[in-house]
Amino acid sequence: MTRSPEPDENSKPTSNIGGGGGGVTTAMRVIIPLQGVVQGRGGVFLGSVIPCALFYFLQLYLRRNRDDPRESDDRSNPQNSEPRDDSGSSGQQLAEIHGFHRTSSRNLLSPRSPAGRAYVSGRASVIAKSPGGSESPYYAGLRKASEDPYDETGNPNGIIQLGLAQNKLTMDLVKEWLVKHATEAIVGGGGDDGDDEHLSINGVSTYQPCDGLMDLKVAVSSFMSQCMEHSVSFDPSNMVLTAGETPAIEILAFSLADAGNAFLVPTPYYPGFDRDVKWRTGVEIIPVPCRSADNFALSITSLDRAFNQAKKRGLRVRGVLISNPTSPVGNLLTRETVYSILDFARDKNIHVVSNELFVGSSHGRADEEFVSIAELVDEVDKERLHLAYGLSKDISLPGFRVGVIYSFNDTVLSAARHLTRFSPVSGPTQHLLIAMLSDVQFVQEFVKVNRERLRRTFDAFAGGLKKMGIDCAESNGGFFCWANMSEWISSYSEKGELELWDKLLKTGKVSVTPGSCCHCIEPGWFRFCFATLTEREIPVVLERIRGVAESCKSQS
Amino acid sequence: MAIELEQQPKPSAAAVALSRIAVSETHGEDSPYFAGWKAYDENPYDELTNPTGVIQMGLAENQVSFDLLEDFLEHHSEAATWGKGATAGFRDNALFQDYHGLKSFRGAMASFMEQIRGGRARFDPDRIVLTAGATAANELLTFILANPGDALLIPTPYYPGFDRDLRWRTGVQIVPIHCHSSNNFQITESALHAAYDDAVSRNLNVRGVLVTNPSNPLGATVQRAALEQILDFAVEKNIHLVSDEIYSGSTFSSAEFVSIAEILESRGSRHVDRERVHIVYSLSKDLGLPGFRVGTIYSYNDAVVTTARRMSSFTLISSQTQHLLACMLSDKEFTAKYIKTNRERLRKRYDVIIAGLRRAGIECLRGNAGLFCWMNLGPLLKELTKEGELALWNLIVRDVRLNISPGSSCHCSEPGWFRVCFANMSEATLDVALDRLHQFVDEYRRTGSS
Repeated sequence: MTRSPEPDENSKPTSNIGGGGGGVTTAMRVIIPLQGVVQGRGGVFLGSVIPCALFYFLQLYLRRNRDDPRESDDRSNPQNSEPRDDSGSSGQQLAEIHGFHRTSSRNLLSPRSPAGRAYVSGRASVIAKSPGGSESPYYAGLRKASEDPYDETGNPNGIIQLGLAQNKLTMDLVKEWLVKHATEAIVGGGGDDGDDEHLSINGVSTYQPCDGLMDLKVAVSSFMSQCMEHSVSFDPSNMVLTAGETPAIEILAFSLADAGNAFLVPTPYYPGFDRDVKWRTGVEIIPVPCRSADNFALSITSLDRAFNQAKKRGLRVRGVLISNPTSPVGNLLTRETVYSILDFARDKNIHVVSNELFVGSSHGRADEEFVSIAELVDEVDKERLHLAYGLSKDISLPGFRVGVIYSFNDTVLSAARHLTRFSPVSGPTQHLLIAMLSDVQFVQEFVKVNRERLRRTFDAFAGGLKKMGIDCAESNGGFFCWANMSEWISSYSEKGELELWDKLLKTGKVSVTPGSCCHCIEPGWFRFCFATLTEREIPVVLERIRGVAESCKSQS
Repeated sequence: MAIELEQQPKPSAAAVALSRIAVSETHGEDSPYFAGWKAYDENPYDELTNPTGVIQMGLAENQVSFDLLEDFLEHHSEAATWGKGATAGFRDNALFQDYHGLKSFRGAMASFMEQIRGGRARFDPDRIVLTAGATAANELLTFILANPGDALLIPTPYYPGFDRDLRWRTGVQIVPIHCHSSNNFQITESALHAAYDDAVSRNLNVRGVLVTNPSNPLGATVQRAALEQILDFAVEKNIHLVSDEIYSGSTFSSAEFVSIAEILESRGSRHVDRERVHIVYSLSKDLGLPGFRVGTIYSYNDAVVTTARRMSSFTLISSQTQHLLACMLSDKEFTAKYIKTNRERLRKRYDVIIAGLRRAGIECLRGNAGLFCWMNLGPLLKELTKEGELALWNLIVRDVRLNISPGSSCHCSEPGWFRVCFANMSEATLDVALDRLHQFVDEYRRTGSS
């Protein structure tokens, strides 16, 4: 069977001790027994040792909670995501590429020394290094899942993959459309020529503008508007198309920041940002922690704090990268929040990039409104507003590679248009999609049915998890249940989280994404992608999760 | 290729700052090479509707063999639709975004590349990394082989796009290896060393040599002896060798093209020699499918293959396109016929243009490949300088209405050379262009001006 592709959404889990959440709990666990000691037993010795120990722990806690991205990056991402590497033999790590990265030169010789091995760049060398042959846990998981994939009849004990952000719920609709229309959509008539039935490759194969055909921009504009229930309309001349949202984000990073600068990104965030924003650009990400107590909503206070911390470290912040709906949690940002972020950006004179990748897959309550950054078109300083989008999620065609940059800034658009030469959309695919997305009836029907199925599946899956005591964050969009399994982890730490992740994979035969990959500061959260499940698979996978949960309970 | 030429817009007052990359000029599109495009875009020639328009002779596109492709697609519509009734194949295909690329497609590419080289070299499909075009492949390799501030050595004259593709985001520099008409612009050992020394004297770390073979803009293959020398040089200096072979299938006769892959195989090279060699290929030229955006990196270096593969996430080829081309390129009968026919037609075109230019008293470099010829208008220049060349070029674009590419855009060390494309138009249009040029040259010679 074809190996399950890995979407852009996954990162390797870290194997290091994690963040502030652990620190707080540790401190709490120390203080309470102390009362007994100080009041009665132990006396002077303990009375002096224990405060010193406390002081030490306090320092440790403060240091961890300072949110030092470089440190935490080093600790928590020795292996940055290259999500699509499904090569079984790849034990190769990707380290964080900071702006000031030092080349590890153990196996490299300077070009001045003859008869040495040919040099590879800093960017490449850290990736190519193979650390002692051991395979990283994340890739082990993906490999296992693809080697042993679940199949109801053929392999009922195989691994069920909930770690890939794919939507299979509505593939049948797209397929149906293609069966009817594909041929003439790709090579028929060379475009507008209604009566020319002769297969013509001319319009498809010749050089076209790198940033996409205008017809496709028009079609994508109308599709996006449809997904946003026409709350906003898009001007195709403010749009640049590229080969996926991955290069769209990278192009924006290249255009808005220099190497060594930084973006603020609320956590938990899509693991692929580490690659898209940082790898080749040398730009840093400063995580802005969000907490479960607020359902992971972004607070401007946190944004401000992160900005100031960056400033203290001498890092120049160039923008905020938000996702709406958020991923992995699946919230919609409220209108108030969007405006507050804009105020903040205006105040600091920085950019706002809004990643709206899942907007068409939002399936929440009708009274929750979606506010696109594009709605703020009347704002006076709209040059700081940029939107990133793609067709991978909302219309389930990740393989076709179509990403969108939408901006009100002419210089950014101009730069982006030139930069898409390195990542253009393929000709035949453009023609196919022009036809598909221009089919208004099909698009309307698709978006409607897709939302319904996503909601139904979400309700069934989240409901099933709730029955076993696993709560999910409230979600309005996307393919994920963001589930709190902190009660089931052996220790309230990243280590504990990874142990549970491993158990789910090896014992439960369910592949999921641990929250540490998404830089969540609270251990124990897991991302389950439910959009790959058929109705019949839901009870199967819930049962397996229950099995693992029970065994964890009985152990603790 | 149609490039949007815009004036750099002025940033608004109190503007939020952009990166250096966003505002830099390194996209290089202010050079005459691109100004000629503009002239064409504003007044494009059309046989019927605009017979006095500018004829595009600056676009290296291959349109001579479209009919063969169309024919294939007409008889193999399943290539475009994932099989009869678009069944299971579609679902996997639409979801497929694995940066390893479709195995069937990689296999088909490897065997196509072998066919082009007459079976004189073998390609392992697992060393093929797919990118959305050769532009992306070249940039990717540069990111991988060099750090910002490092240098690549490139023989002149070279494709003007390299200034942008290899330097813009990577921060890498280009140091030219100067070649001269005295030996037909062949790369010499002394030129290689001179370039290297020049880089060193400027405190630049040289990371590699990038050779285009067959050469753009020369329209000629690099000789075996020169390739051997370049490889020896790369080994001596412990640097990389990138061989951009995107025109390999456009050599007029298969025997005349020697790939670096053949050199490696004939040497039975040590691993340490092989792992510095990387080949770039694309279907834009040989197969005339630039709109499909298909490029590849073939590397003999495992670390480079792994890294390139991961980095190709930024520039994946649509799975639909991979599928379509896998079907096409697996059809060995079709590809053999295509390669042979394409070569013949290109040679014929080349003969037409050479003859036409000769009648006008214009000589060209002896070429044997590619979609263009390298024309010498040196004798016509008022002054044998870059300015003189550009003055003549301006005249030709404006008055003769032919968009040709001046050698200075290609960093040619001698003024007066121009690249003229011949494969992106009908034979009739080519005749019109040749007539115009003939008339212009006659007039120019007679009156000393036009």
